[in-house]
Amino acid sequence: MLDLMSGFIVELRNAGLPVSLTENLDAMEAVKHIPIEDRSAFKYALGATLVKNASHWRAFETVFEVYFSMRGPQYRLPDDDQLSEDELERWMQQQMEGMRDRSGGAGDDMSPEELAEMLYRALMRGDEAMTRAMARAAVGKYAGMEPGRPVGGTYYLYRTLRNLDLDSLLEKLMDETEAQAPAPLTDLERRLEREEFESRIDHLKQEIEAEIRRRLVADRGVEAMAKTLRKPLPEDVDFMHASREEMVAIRKAIQPLTRKLAARLARKRRNKRRGPLDFRSTVRASLSYGGVPADPRFRYPRPHKPELIVVADISGSVAAFARFTLHLVYALQGQFSKVRSFVFIDGIDEVTHMFRGQEDITKAVHRVNTEADVVWVDGHSDYGHAFEVFWDNWSREINPKSTVIFLGDARNNYHSTNSWVLKEAAKKARHVFWLNPEPRSYWDTGDSVISEYGTYCDGVFECRNLRQLESFVDHLA
Amino acid sequence: MADHRFGDVASVRDELKEVEYLADEGIASVVFLADRLQKPILVEGPAGTGKTQLAKSVAEMTGSRLIRLQCYEGLDEAKALYEWNYKKQLLRIQAEKASDDGSTDWDQLHDDLFSDEFLMTRPLLEAIRAEDPVVLLIDEIDRVEVETEALLLEILSDYQVSIPELGTMEARQIPLVFLTSNNTRELSEALKRRCLFLHIDYPQMDREKEIVLTKVPGISENLADQVARIVRSIRQIELKKAPSVSETLDWARTLVLLGIESIDADQARETLHILLKYQTDIEKAAKELAVEAR
Ligand SMILES: Nc1ncnc2c1ncn2[C@@H]1O[C@H](COP(=O)(O)OP(=O)(O)O)[C@@H](O)[C@H]1O
Ligand SMILES: [Mg+2]
Repeated sequence: MLDLMSGFIVELRNAGLPVSLTENLDAMEAVKHIPIEDRSAFKYALGATLVKNASHWRAFETVFEVYFSMRGPQYRLPDDDQLSEDELERWMQQQMEGMRDRSGGAGDDMSPEELAEMLYRALMRGDEAMTRAMARAAVGKYAGMEPGRPVGGTYYLYRTLRNLDLDSLLEKLMDETEAQAPAPLTDLERRLEREEFESRIDHLKQEIEAEIRRRLVADRGVEAMAKTLRKPLPEDVDFMHASREEMVAIRKAIQPLTRKLAARLARKRRNKRRGPLDFRSTVRASLSYGGVPADPRFRYPRPHKPELIVVADISGSVAAFARFTLHLVYALQGQFSKVRSFVFIDGIDEVTHMFRGQEDITKAVHRVNTEADVVWVDGHSDYGHAFEVFWDNWSREINPKSTVIFLGDARNNYHSTNSWVLKEAAKKARHVFWLNPEPRSYWDTGDSVISEYGTYCDGVFECRNLRQLESFVDHLA
Repeated sequence: MADHRFGDVASVRDELKEVEYLADEGIASVVFLADRLQKPILVEGPAGTGKTQLAKSVAEMTGSRLIRLQCYEGLDEAKALYEWNYKKQLLRIQAEKASDDGSTDWDQLHDDLFSDEFLMTRPLLEAIRAEDPVVLLIDEIDRVEVETEALLLEILSDYQVSIPELGTMEARQIPLVFLTSNNTRELSEALKRRCLFLHIDYPQMDREKEIVLTKVPGISENLADQVARIVRSIRQIELKKAPSVSETLDWARTLVLLGIESIDADQARETLHILLKYQTDIEKAAKELAVEAR
């Protein structure tokens, strides 16, 4: 158990979770109080001691599944508490073989029609135990898993799901429900029924994934599997290489992030609210106390809210980065006295109005992508041209209160840079910053001209993930 | 074993249910563990998901007195821990002066002044000194400044309070401690390290239905089911603020008052403002619910 636990915690750290020594010890203590067979309680107990940030829960769950997936009432555990990892692995191997016999047998016994029929019944009734059993049988029958095959879990998942054809299953479930209903379903009822079935089918998919993972762990060993499944935490996902699922996770993480940032910025400002002592006014007030400065007067602080001008490259690979940044900036509008935004590829367009009066930022960001007029010649990045047009049309908007932020990888397709625009902007603005979503090591390679632009900026920041974006915005206001 | 409050995780869940709190597996496990490890629980999650209620219900279930420290910006030691009763101290000094015939022992007086008699206990100290079983609830900890968290650290890790004039006061019994946070700011690492962490999210459909059935008198099984399903449906839409459990309950109560047995789309739309707080959210949800099933 000790070995297993320390391997587990090492892997959590590898996955980026900040597990401290105290927490490590707490976890060791926790497992003494909850039997490992009670898998779900066991998981929550470990989670409570090791995960102190809700957005890390998914990463935790993945590692947990790998390390403890073979443990649970359905996989009787050898009673030895001192099980070493070697032994554990051997034991898992045995379980694996047993499982193959069992579920393989079950799968062989059942014809595809029978399996489909039983699955249909399980989903219709919402019978969780039966759904789980069917998930296992389906993997045994359709995934075609063989020991030692260097194939990823997604491949097996795909094979299993393709054979189950869940889309038509859903329709069948709906048809049957309609047919059984005493009165024709209303639209609302139909929607609710469908959502219920979708949630059951989601559950089925999770069971299938879990089963595949269990088998892969048994085949390849805990550590190798953990390593394959390791994924960055949402705040560390690289904007430029995020998968669709990761994009969703980032979008979800942005909301609590903006709430936190807004509270922090407001608090900062509040703490600064009391300006320096105003001597003249204090002395004047003191006259009514016979010259005793009993009532100190403070100067009102200057309004501290900066004005933002955001100029964002929204071409191809950096588009996601621009979107998230715009999203964040507008979610924090209240913290700035004014926000104006411009987007470009080789042409440039103002998009401020798309956010105005639009409470739904996601929608506004979507409009930016579909409606902004940013193509001039061929839709390949041309910073130089975009900046020149920006200067001609909007340079008078820049004043000593404005902070101008450029977003982009500064990959200019070898066009002329027109960096004089930044030089002039820096003269007029309070600050000019540049955020680059590329890793620093790529800067100035190929057609990147970041340093040339950077010369005129007050700061150039690598901004590849939410963590870096957050820390930039935090400093900004 | 004797000093454990709960036998196992399942019994925590059952006993909470008896006091009308519907816990899921995660909640029950962490409460169980908190008792075993004698550690505070930091409960985090969106507003209105039963964080405060959890502490109250655990108090009720264990027959403990609930001591609550409501946090707010500007909360300080004098309000959270203890304060000396200056007025009473001054009166005492004056009384001493008036009767002073040269025999006053000022050192002794000093000791007297900083004794129990002049100490005003605030919630944290009260919890430490309690002789009866108590549950300490430190509610909405994210509202105090991060510096103020330091006031709590000694209690949370050692269940004691140090008062310079009196020395260290140790807890007479280890209370169950709950801290809640709506996550409006990052809490300090030091605080998080001392606590078990419990994230309470919006409940799964089944549990929400059970909560509705338990908390809304006179509601039918069928209506509770519909309510829970529609709320789940609405939470899937991207909104500024998703409906919380308390809003679900308000909505269900309204429907019962209106004598509705089974909700149709029109009734749902007309009462959406109880469930949702922002006009844009209401419009969005109304549109979604009106849409033909996909
Ligand atoms: N699991 C639950 N069981 C019973 N009632 C609940 C549950 N969760 C929430 N509630 C009810 O929802 C309302 C809001 O709960 P509260 O504890 O005040 O929320 P929070 O502190 O998380 O903002 C209360 O009326 C509470 O009784
Ligand atoms: Mg509360």
